Amino acid sequence: MLPVEGFMYPNEVELQWSVLIVLYPFLTGLVAGAFILASLERVFRVEAVKPTYRLALLTALAFLLVAPLPLQLHLGHPERSFEMYLTPHRSSAMAMFGFVYLWYLMAVLVTEIWLDYRADIVALSKSASGWTRCIYRLMTLGSTNVSPRALEIDNRVGWVITIIGIPSAFLLHGYVGFIFGSVKANPWWSTPLMPVVFLFSAIVSGIAVVMLLYMLLTWLRKKPLDMPCIDTIARYLFYTFIIDFSLEMLDLIHRIYEAGESFRSLDFMVHTRLYLPHIIIQILLGTVTPIVLLALTQVLTLTDSTRKRVYAVAGVSTLIGIFAMRWNVVIGGQLFSKSFLGYTTYKMGFATREGLLPAILLMVLPFVILWVLVKLLPPWTDNTTPSAVASRS
Amino acid sequence: MNITRRHLILLLPAAALAWEHVLAGTPEASPNYKLTEHWWSMLIDIPKCIGCGNCVRACQTENDVPDGYFRTWIERYHVEDWGMENPIVDSPDGGKNGFPPSEHIGGKNFFVPKLCNHCAESPCTQVCPVGATFITPDGVVLVDKKYCLGCRYCVQACPYGCRFIHPKTNTAEKCTLCYHRITKGLTTACCEACPTGARQLADLKNPKDPIHEFLRTHSVQVLKPHMATNAKVFYNGLDGSVR
Amino acid sequence: MNSFKDSGHIFRLAAVFIVGLAIFVAVRALLVPRSFGKYGHYRGDAIGEIASRPVNFAGHQACEDCHADVLTKKTAGKHARVACEACHGALSNHAADPASVTPNKLDAAVLCARCHQANTAKPATFPQVQAEEHSGGIACDTCHQPHSPVIVAEGKK
Repeated sequence: MLPVEGFMYPNEVELQWSVLIVLYPFLTGLVAGAFILASLERVFRVEAVKPTYRLALLTALAFLLVAPLPLQLHLGHPERSFEMYLTPHRSSAMAMFGFVYLWYLMAVLVTEIWLDYRADIVALSKSASGWTRCIYRLMTLGSTNVSPRALEIDNRVGWVITIIGIPSAFLLHGYVGFIFGSVKANPWWSTPLMPVVFLFSAIVSGIAVVMLLYMLLTWLRKKPLDMPCIDTIARYLFYTFIIDFSLEMLDLIHRIYEAGESFRSLDFMVHTRLYLPHIIIQILLGTVTPIVLLALTQVLTLTDSTRKRVYAVAGVSTLIGIFAMRWNVVIGGQLFSKSFLGYTTYKMGFATREGLLPAILLMVLPFVILWVLVKLLPPWTDNTTPSAVASRS
Repeated sequence: MNITRRHLILLLPAAALAWEHVLAGTPEASPNYKLTEHWWSMLIDIPKCIGCGNCVRACQTENDVPDGYFRTWIERYHVEDWGMENPIVDSPDGGKNGFPPSEHIGGKNFFVPKLCNHCAESPCTQVCPVGATFITPDGVVLVDKKYCLGCRYCVQACPYGCRFIHPKTNTAEKCTLCYHRITKGLTTACCEACPTGARQLADLKNPKDPIHEFLRTHSVQVLKPHMATNAKVFYNGLDGSVR
Repeated sequence: MNSFKDSGHIFRLAAVFIVGLAIFVAVRALLVPRSFGKYGHYRGDAIGEIASRPVNFAGHQACEDCHADVLTKKTAGKHARVACEACHGALSNHAADPASVTPNKLDAAVLCARCHQANTAKPATFPQVQAEEHSGGIACDTCHQPHSPVIVAEGKK
């Protein structure tokens, strides 16, 4: 029996949604955020971040491929999950998942990557050998037309896809926020701000992860880091973080001021069971620290190497903070009783189906997939064929 | 027992009649049950509940409810004077074996049986992604355990905490208002077992059902009316402190 | 686009999507359960499946048909409204085949206490006692007849 403090309805003592459900919004958030960063260059013509364009798309794809896995592990009957495609219940935000996911994966991400890489794919389908050659030939869909006109068409269509992709990315992650925000039974979740907060924290986490990956991969490849690029990314991270933090503070202040029925119970929870994950990790370590660090880089003149270190620390603490935010929403929302008279505890297993070990493995898997994608579709313009670079100007 | 011929003449027709009633519990019976002629609900009379736990045990027996999970349960409230916002509540094993003596002296003390409210606008059916939980045309919210994915969204969405996931089937479960009984003219197991009549099944579409008169003449409430779920379990004498 | 020859690959991509959609529609038509949507957004057959679950409590009417003598006694007393199976437990198997299934003998001490052991949360008008004070610990059915529990004094009727 789990340690219960006070009174909980008998069926509430056991938590329904585990760390895997914390992981899911974290992963889709990274997808949405990475895509928004990519669209900064493609649609909003922020030239400085161009070196990270392809990497951002591949990162989004790697995380998107892993995203359904925590959900499958969590379901009581994963073999029935296809029912969401057969008979989606239109009143349920969760029913949207199958279609939004498929749409975003195929019609946005895969299509955009394909269009951007097509010249390279065609070249590689001729130059590669072994089974990778088969893969490239399959990816060409049988067309080897890389004339300037064809590439121009790719560019145009790609631009349209990105335009469609931005609201699609908002939808992909925003609906997750709505899944929580629309549950009137749970006052910790129920707020119209939830989808917006989720989305902005997603953008923050996505930018941070691409920034960190770019820094890491550049260092591994022993190439010089494009400082104007990384400075621009950090700046966008800073601005978005300000918006995200303001939204979260707005929610908090509103709750404290209105002090509705659930407030006392939630307040007690945040000060006791949720103190470490919420106050210390999410707010102090994961939000205030990176904002202050990034602000310092904007206000002070620091050397390149100092700035790089500050960005790295800010990026890592951002990711920890955004993960903590997902944890505090999902787990926090289940720690208190809907009678507002008691609290329970979350016992996370380790090597169980929904335990810490699968969560860790699922966090590592996207990086493994990304490694494969980077090998298959190199994002670096400093060693790709000249034709690909020239076509996208 | 010594059965004489005389006894037999009396017993046989009685047995035949009894058999009819037992048959009423078999699937082939009640071909005349029309879904649209009923709108099921329940009436709970708080001043009559003695917290004996019969209903919780009967439900477990009738529906094979696993230990540690509850399709129905009883809460005991202790309210000090005007301390309506700070009740002390307990529900030891859902009230299944009754309640031990209370440590609290004085104040107002009472029992509140709870179950699925079979809401006409239930948030649980709204959020089910595949249509595995639904409200029948006769007003009972059910779970199709052959279709349920076990995503647990409905458990999160229920404001009353009446749902759980069955540890063996990994599907959502909750009170079915003993659908397999009420469609055959029987009452629910909890109402059958309640010794004081604190729980009574009611059919809102049946003009002869005593609930209509009761609703007209008593102050009744539903749990958490601000959730606007159109709950169909009506409580007589529900105190304001009840969560 | 004034010439389609340079956008052939786009049409190939579109073809992939269209074929995928067609396969999806076909598979869906095969897999959606037949009774789905009959009454609403759910599998209509589920209602029948749930309704055909076997019954464990026979219901007091089934008992009363055979045990009319107990019924007479009970109706005249304070336990008139208490259903048989409220104390005797679920007995649909006994009602179905009385000879083969004999209901268990009940333990009055445990059973009576569940309702009648005094508790501050029970309604004040409900008959409740502290068992030790009331009877010194002897079994309830020593003095009380469960089917008609009120003890009638000698000479009165």
